[in-house]
Amino acid sequence: MTGWRTLLYKEVLRFWKVSFQTVAAPVLTAVLYLLIFGHVLENHVKVYDRISYTAFLVPGLVMMSVLQNSFANSSSSLIQSKIMGNLVFLLLTPLSHWSWFFAYVGSSVARGLLVGSGVFVVTAWFAPPGVVAPLWILVFAVLGSALLGTLGLIAGLWAEKFDQLAAFQNFVIMPMTFLSGVFYSIHSLPAFWQGVSHLNPFFYMIDGFRFGFFGQSDVSPWLSLTIVGVALAAASTLAVHLLRIGYKIRS
Amino acid sequence: MPAISFQSVSKTYSSPRGPKGSTFLALDQVSLNIEAGEFFGLLGPNGAGKTTMISILAGLTRANAGSVKVLDSDVQTDYADARRKLGIVPQELVFDPFFNVREALRFQSGYFGIRHNDAWIDELLDSLGLTDKANANMRQLSGGMKRRVLVAQALVHKPPVIVLDEPTAGVDVELRQTLWQFIARLNKQGHTVLLTTHYLEEAEALCGRIAMLKAGRVIALDRTSELLKAASGNVLRFKIDGELPPALAQRARITGRIVQFPARDALDIETYLGAVRQAGLLAQDIEVRKADLEDVFLALMGQQHEGGAAAPPAP
Repeated sequence: MTGWRTLLYKEVLRFWKVSFQTVAAPVLTAVLYLLIFGHVLENHVKVYDRISYTAFLVPGLVMMSVLQNSFANSSSSLIQSKIMGNLVFLLLTPLSHWSWFFAYVGSSVARGLLVGSGVFVVTAWFAPPGVVAPLWILVFAVLGSALLGTLGLIAGLWAEKFDQLAAFQNFVIMPMTFLSGVFYSIHSLPAFWQGVSHLNPFFYMIDGFRFGFFGQSDVSPWLSLTIVGVALAAASTLAVHLLRIGYKIRS
Repeated sequence: MPAISFQSVSKTYSSPRGPKGSTFLALDQVSLNIEAGEFFGLLGPNGAGKTTMISILAGLTRANAGSVKVLDSDVQTDYADARRKLGIVPQELVFDPFFNVREALRFQSGYFGIRHNDAWIDELLDSLGLTDKANANMRQLSGGMKRRVLVAQALVHKPPVIVLDEPTAGVDVELRQTLWQFIARLNKQGHTVLLTTHYLEEAEALCGRIAMLKAGRVIALDRTSELLKAASGNVLRFKIDGELPPALAQRARITGRIVQFPARDALDIETYLGAVRQAGLLAQDIEVRKADLEDVFLALMGQQHEGGAAAPPAP
């Protein structure tokens, strides 16, 4: 127990020591999105009847921040340790692959939830979205950050250079988040693109998360929960397997 | 039960520069036992396989064949136990820039399942002259100080077996002294020490037994005193201004102006000095000294190259 808890604590302390960059900066980014998109689109877009566009935007921005920061946490920590060479301190210890997994994913969940809370508090001040089902909010926030923390772990193991990681982030994670309905309801899309959106697991995370705020969503939150749960199980299985065989960290 | 045991260990790397699919044999059927309480030296030129052996021992690399055990724990099948028994000081000067010295040592203790380790951490800091750097960030430390922290990190869990992979490479004299005093003390207390180094005088002074590696094979393994006895005995040493003819230079150990030849007897000495005079050179500051480990090392490495012991040229 002491082993993985130490690693979890160290990973949390790692991002906390640079919280201006890892927590404050993403909160500011989300506020800028809200101010600009909210200002430009407030009177042009109506997603749900009773809800202003700016209020609709808040849960999406919160979830987007949760997802991006969870991914950034595990992936950047691993790639930095690999490039600096200090991953050897962990490789020399008796920590099991499960300890690595829970510590890296756990710290990513911590950062995701912290940034998400920060974004929520600040953006809700501009446009309070209301909270209908807090448990759904929490469940999707935790599962979403765990899934992205796990994907970050896989990407961090796979990448050998910062630009490979940046490519993963820019060409996979960013498009999937932006095209998942953060800024719109997929019902406003043509039928073909609605179908494509349904293939994106990120869509279900944001849709289920938004259900907790409005009691309305594009698909049932139970369907979203199932899909996100299956995606998390699959990613975790892969991540634990890669850690067990020492993929790209033991030769 | 040996402290460290290598049994027929082989390791092949796919070679990055050669044609696709070509491989490089880093270790070739290496067998070696290091007994508990020994101060053991592992010597060899760059690329001989020293670091590969340490990496396999540490679990950083997997052997293709053979088995490696630390105090009876297999480094693959029983890795958690094996790693608890091992304290490894890595060769590269690595550090985590986010934390200070004490934090780094506390984390390392925690990874090994040890909480509240501050008493031992303070002792380590004191023994390594790091007490006043305890709260300094790792980034602010000089290379030598970082090296000391690496040693402390390797010892936080009081491992019975300590492995130092070229710990004094690029380290100043003072730190070398501190480090060796400390390691010698741990060895006296019963810790087994495995050392790889390029400084042969260190190995000669510290190690009870030595293995020499070349191209992935153990080419010599004996008590340090026996290895020294096996050396040709004496060394002729002198200074010259100018270059030795190639036939002579091949057999010499040359450091700037200083030239050294292995010499068994007076005839050898006369022969070498005669050859130098014939080449039109003047030998100065001539002395004859006892062979040291470096001579043994060079003779062994040379033998493998040329297929014969270095002998004086025919007069």
